[in-house]
Amino acid sequence: MRRLNGYTFVLGCLLTLCLFEAQAGKLLESIQQRGQLICGVNTGLPGFSQADNQGRWSGLDIDLCKAVAAAILKDPNKVKYVPLNAQQRFTALQSGEVDLLSRNTTWTLSRDASLGIVFSVVTFYDGQGFMVTKKSQIKNARQLKNATVCVQSGTTTEKNLSDFSKKYQLNIKPVVFEKLEAANTAYFSGRCQAYTTDASGLASIRAKEAPDPNQHVLLPELISKEPLGPAIRRGDDEFFSILKWTFYALLEAEEYGITQENVEKMKQSPEPTIKRIIGSSEDMGKMLGLDKDWANRAIKAVGNYGEIFDRNVGAQSSIKLPRGLNNLWNKGGLQYAPPIR
Amino acid sequence: MPAPLSAKSVASLNRWSVVLIVISLLSLGYLAHNAAHNMQIRGIHSGFGFLWESAGFDIGESIFSFDSADPYWVAITVGLSNTLRVALLGIVLSTVLGVMIGVGRFSPNKLLRALCRLYVDAMRNVPLLLQLLMWYWIITQTLPLPEEAWHMSGGFYLSKAGFNFPIPVWENGYLWALIGCGLGLFAGLCWRAYPGSPFHKTGSTPSLLWPLLVLIPAGTLLGWLLGGAPHEAQFPHPGIFTIEGGGALTPEFLAILFALTFYTAGFIAEVVRGGIQSVERGQWEAAQCLGLNRIKVIRLIILPQALRVMIPPLTNQYLNLTKNSSLAVAIGYPDLVSILNTSINQTGRAIECVALIMACYLALSLALASFMHWVARPLKQSAH
Repeated sequence: MRRLNGYTFVLGCLLTLCLFEAQAGKLLESIQQRGQLICGVNTGLPGFSQADNQGRWSGLDIDLCKAVAAAILKDPNKVKYVPLNAQQRFTALQSGEVDLLSRNTTWTLSRDASLGIVFSVVTFYDGQGFMVTKKSQIKNARQLKNATVCVQSGTTTEKNLSDFSKKYQLNIKPVVFEKLEAANTAYFSGRCQAYTTDASGLASIRAKEAPDPNQHVLLPELISKEPLGPAIRRGDDEFFSILKWTFYALLEAEEYGITQENVEKMKQSPEPTIKRIIGSSEDMGKMLGLDKDWANRAIKAVGNYGEIFDRNVGAQSSIKLPRGLNNLWNKGGLQYAPPIR
Repeated sequence: MPAPLSAKSVASLNRWSVVLIVISLLSLGYLAHNAAHNMQIRGIHSGFGFLWESAGFDIGESIFSFDSADPYWVAITVGLSNTLRVALLGIVLSTVLGVMIGVGRFSPNKLLRALCRLYVDAMRNVPLLLQLLMWYWIITQTLPLPEEAWHMSGGFYLSKAGFNFPIPVWENGYLWALIGCGLGLFAGLCWRAYPGSPFHKTGSTPSLLWPLLVLIPAGTLLGWLLGGAPHEAQFPHPGIFTIEGGGALTPEFLAILFALTFYTAGFIAEVVRGGIQSVERGQWEAAQCLGLNRIKVIRLIILPQALRVMIPPLTNQYLNLTKNSSLAVAIGYPDLVSILNTSINQTGRAIECVALIMACYLALSLALASFMHWVARPLKQSAH
């Protein structure tokens, strides 16, 4: 894969911003015309977005792109993935290089309100944590007085770390890396006493990147709220609705027991709610500018939310994150979809 | 070298140049207008107002104290000072090393010549980023953890946390030492300029170096003793996680400094070699006929003439070094680019921050180029 230099890319994006007139709205039509959804994803975060040695992408963020492509283009594989680092992501979305930014991005007020982009749903409730070596015998993040902490730049992490350090007068010294891979290497070489990022990221890095995962522990406390979710450009309410409801359909599917496997059989289900979701009775898709089978195809492509979670970051993956806040509302979590009716 | 714009040079601009300038300005204006318009349509906030807002992030190393509550412009100043620190030190060190290697290529010793040539070939032909990552890797992988730091006598520590050293605590006595140092320098210069000095009496060339080497330390020592011989120092000591107190050079700073110095020294060595070779052979022979030894031939006859040829390419190398220091983001050194990178993400003001990066490097480069122009002026005059 060709790796673009960060600045060339940002400059290129800025140049498009300078050269071309903005085209607001009607993203749905241009995606259908193009026959491809362009998705901005992480350059490599196991469980969320990662390419294998054949260039096949997988992860929770990737599955959302596939579901949207299945709903709009009737084929989950009609997606072009654009790997973006933290610093490139917003510029790429703003300038129209990507249709959809699905890249473990934290939803905050300043991002939602001042970047010309809009967040839609929370696909993963996360919080910022710390990873330390087992040898250090640190049990609590407040013990990190005068410690050096490795961070990746261009994230909400830097600010949270500074706030936390100030609150408890810890005088933490951050070492800020441009690339995730560089931050990983520095931490595992012992340059920093601790590594901080979203807890899911830490678990994924420990499972996949650590020379010996057993030598590292995640500290129990989380120092921030990190709701991660996809974002799109402002000014296209139709596409905004499609994105939201595709994700809600995956949540509803889990709530009503529709899985990747049984979605065809479920067409015979007598339950009206299930019939509406998978389009065997009323045509819900028409209101979104899609067809009757939109949700059916999304579920068939990637499974319901529970299946996506388990496969990528949960019990069936090597990261083994607990469902926690990401469980459905009726099972003690925060994932709640408005009804499809 | 940028020539000053004089009335004559403006008058000599022909019609086509004017057309070209107008077209350039118009297209720049068109791009700026379009960007502003598009950003407004898309609801992207813009402007430099954010510079006065609180930055909210910490910076790992800084030569003056920085708090996360300080505004963005202070954070950017910290980044700029970090860039300057590594660039200036790198320029000095790479010049010293580069001159030694460049001169070494004319050594009568075959082994030394071969080694100098090997150095140039190796350093010039390996990409700087790789060398940078290699230095960082060497420091962070091979040095011991801070708790097992190598402790050298005198309070020096070397570990993955970097190089820690004692720093003297400022006392008024040091003022006397500084005055003594100044007086020593003055005395040394007087020695050289005094009409009764050996040169004017006998015609032998007295060394400018030796009197200075003796007089400056002697003056400093005398002043220090006069000031009550202060010797209070802040020593580093192992803390819970890392070495605390004293002065510190972080692994990131050391890695970027080493990489820039060794890489650029390779190019400077070639500039020096080219400069020396540009001096006619007759000059060497004439100097030797005068009975000067080899060191004096190089120092008094060859280098001053070579310097005239060397200054412009040397300026290029200094500019390259300064701009190359931006690679430091790869290893987490908080330089100008790294701080503005973070600022882009915290504020979303990509166009403004990229413009600031460009403006800062442009200003740095122009300042450096004018300085070199100023340095080279007496050399040019002596050519006539």
